[in-house]
Amino acid sequence: MSIFVDENTKVVYQGLTGSQGRFYGKINREYGTQVVAGTNPKKAGEEVDGVPIFANVGDAVRATGADASCVFIPAPGVRDAVIDAAEGGVKLIIVITEGVPAHDEAWLFNKLRRDFPDVRLLGPNCPGIISPGKANIGITAGHIAKPGGPVGIVSRSGTLTYQALYELQQKGIGVTTCVGIGGDPVPGTSFIDCLSAFEDDPETKAVMMFGEIGGTSEEEAAEFIKSSMSKPVVSYIAGVTAPPGKKMGHAGAIVSGGKGTAAAKMDALREAGVLVGMNPTEAGELMAKVVAAL
Amino acid sequence: MDLFEYQGKKWFAQYGIPVSDGDAVTTVDEAVAVAERIGFPVVVKAQVQVGGRGKAGGIKLASDAAETRAHASNILGMDIKGHRVDVVWVEKASDIAEEYYASFTLDRAAKLHLGMLSAQGGVEIEVVAENDPDALAKIHIDPVDGLTEQQCREWVGAAKLNLDATEGAVDILMKLYTAYVDGDADLAEINPLILTPDGRVHALDAKVSLDDNSVFRHPEYKEYDATQLRDAREAMAHERNLQYVGLEGSVGIIANGAGLAMSTVDIVSQVGGAPANFLDIGGGANADVMAGALEVINSDKNVRSIFINIFGGITKGEEVANGILQALERVDIDSPIVIRLDGTNADEGREILSAHLSDALQMQPTMLEAARKAVELAAASSGGGK
Repeated sequence: MSIFVDENTKVVYQGLTGSQGRFYGKINREYGTQVVAGTNPKKAGEEVDGVPIFANVGDAVRATGADASCVFIPAPGVRDAVIDAAEGGVKLIIVITEGVPAHDEAWLFNKLRRDFPDVRLLGPNCPGIISPGKANIGITAGHIAKPGGPVGIVSRSGTLTYQALYELQQKGIGVTTCVGIGGDPVPGTSFIDCLSAFEDDPETKAVMMFGEIGGTSEEEAAEFIKSSMSKPVVSYIAGVTAPPGKKMGHAGAIVSGGKGTAAAKMDALREAGVLVGMNPTEAGELMAKVVAAL
Repeated sequence: MDLFEYQGKKWFAQYGIPVSDGDAVTTVDEAVAVAERIGFPVVVKAQVQVGGRGKAGGIKLASDAAETRAHASNILGMDIKGHRVDVVWVEKASDIAEEYYASFTLDRAAKLHLGMLSAQGGVEIEVVAENDPDALAKIHIDPVDGLTEQQCREWVGAAKLNLDATEGAVDILMKLYTAYVDGDADLAEINPLILTPDGRVHALDAKVSLDDNSVFRHPEYKEYDATQLRDAREAMAHERNLQYVGLEGSVGIIANGAGLAMSTVDIVSQVGGAPANFLDIGGGANADVMAGALEVINSDKNVRSIFINIFGGITKGEEVANGILQALERVDIDSPIVIRLDGTNADEGREILSAHLSDALQMQPTMLEAARKAVELAAASSGGGK
């Protein structure tokens, strides 16, 4: 099994008519993802590479049965695009777009929590999600992921997610689902949401969690692992040497007021029984040992 | 982006938050002219983005033109904790009965806005939070609902400000919340927020940090971008749209993706080296971006070796390899380069690079081995100058 998406997930791409949307929409489709529709209010009735375009997500859902959306709309339009998707009836909204203002993210998180509690938002500023061999939604290179399991991956960073997939592929270890939650201050889906779903997924036997400096989401994840997870977790935290007060590429990756350091996060995770690698390769080696002992 | 006090006060004033009459100047003569216009006594304040400027002699009271001249000439050009003072803010001096603290920021854990208010202002709020947490009244605000005046009034009550300050505080806090939300601030802080002997509430300082991602809604913020503090390397990277953070070491780092770049900085430190920078060139690695990145790294006189760490995802290994080679044709590099190329079509990419390898351009199979080699090369050449 997998979490959140599989071969039955039907995806509408918001922004399929733009260059990024069209490029990745095509790559995702070639991977086997059911790319059933695109949206653009000015181009309803047209097609992009054979995929029908609708004025909004609601129309796309009624015509195609789409149950997920993937957003490639530029940052100024993300807030409206997510609300269009939620009102349109999809249950999973994946926002790849980077550069979304933090206030828009906070507003969206609370608006969805209140008015659309069964809708999951993933991102913004995330690489997307891949259930290898079943569906790839977003910008991950599909062939670096080995299908099958037994490992689930969750990560705040794009290229580190790829690194994680690749480390496991090199060792012949398969992945059930790999979720990139994104490096922004208010991600729609948290580490805990993913850890909880992996805990409930019978095919996932161990979880790889890649975090980074800033915020307290790794510490919260550690609490959850300690109290509610039976499956082994291997982790790596990027940014051990990051200077305070500097954003390390991601808007959310900043050590401020002595909070959000990698050391504090690694301590919390170790305390929760998590195996912590000092670099991605070491984390991959730790996971190989965990998998061998399953 | 972080605003200077004078920018923050002007930003406050746009939202109707009362600040002292004053102006920002860069010369002594201008400082005196401002003081004479607004009337004495005035306060001359160094504009630096670092705490402790008062203790460093960067804030002075002047009762006449001669004192203003003396203070402004002392403070302009002064060095405060490594920050040179290029601008002073001259404002009408205020009588202070009490000093408070007020701020709005985003609570990432709660995913709500957080207002903090304290009757103990004028000191570092972290100290108050540590020593006397009850003195800090907090309110969480759902961004969808916003802050109502009733909630604000209860919050002010909980902070136990002087009762004479209640109306003024409610008014300012409502305006500060509007500024924080409409202005897309990461932080909007007034410390101290003062009560004057005649019962007025007033912002005596302004600490404002704005969300870089919101510039599409606030084109006027580009003006603040021009005054951001960047060292020469950071300014050069900013011009090239590269995510760069300057560090102190000798191993220059180029990686694709923020997480991988952070990880590369870490791993260089772990094997005993000192990273010169964090540099994320983004998802792809074409020749233009790579050339720009190499120019920035090459301008850093401390750099003794360069570690290029690329994981090809959608961008294929051969495209990355060709991009690196084209960039090297365009930029003369002073330091030896170590490349680690992995991911999609890594073998094809390595094949292309292998024909060009030399002492100046080396390749290693893994991130760890490449880091070790780059650190070794930096150490070997650190004896000689450039």
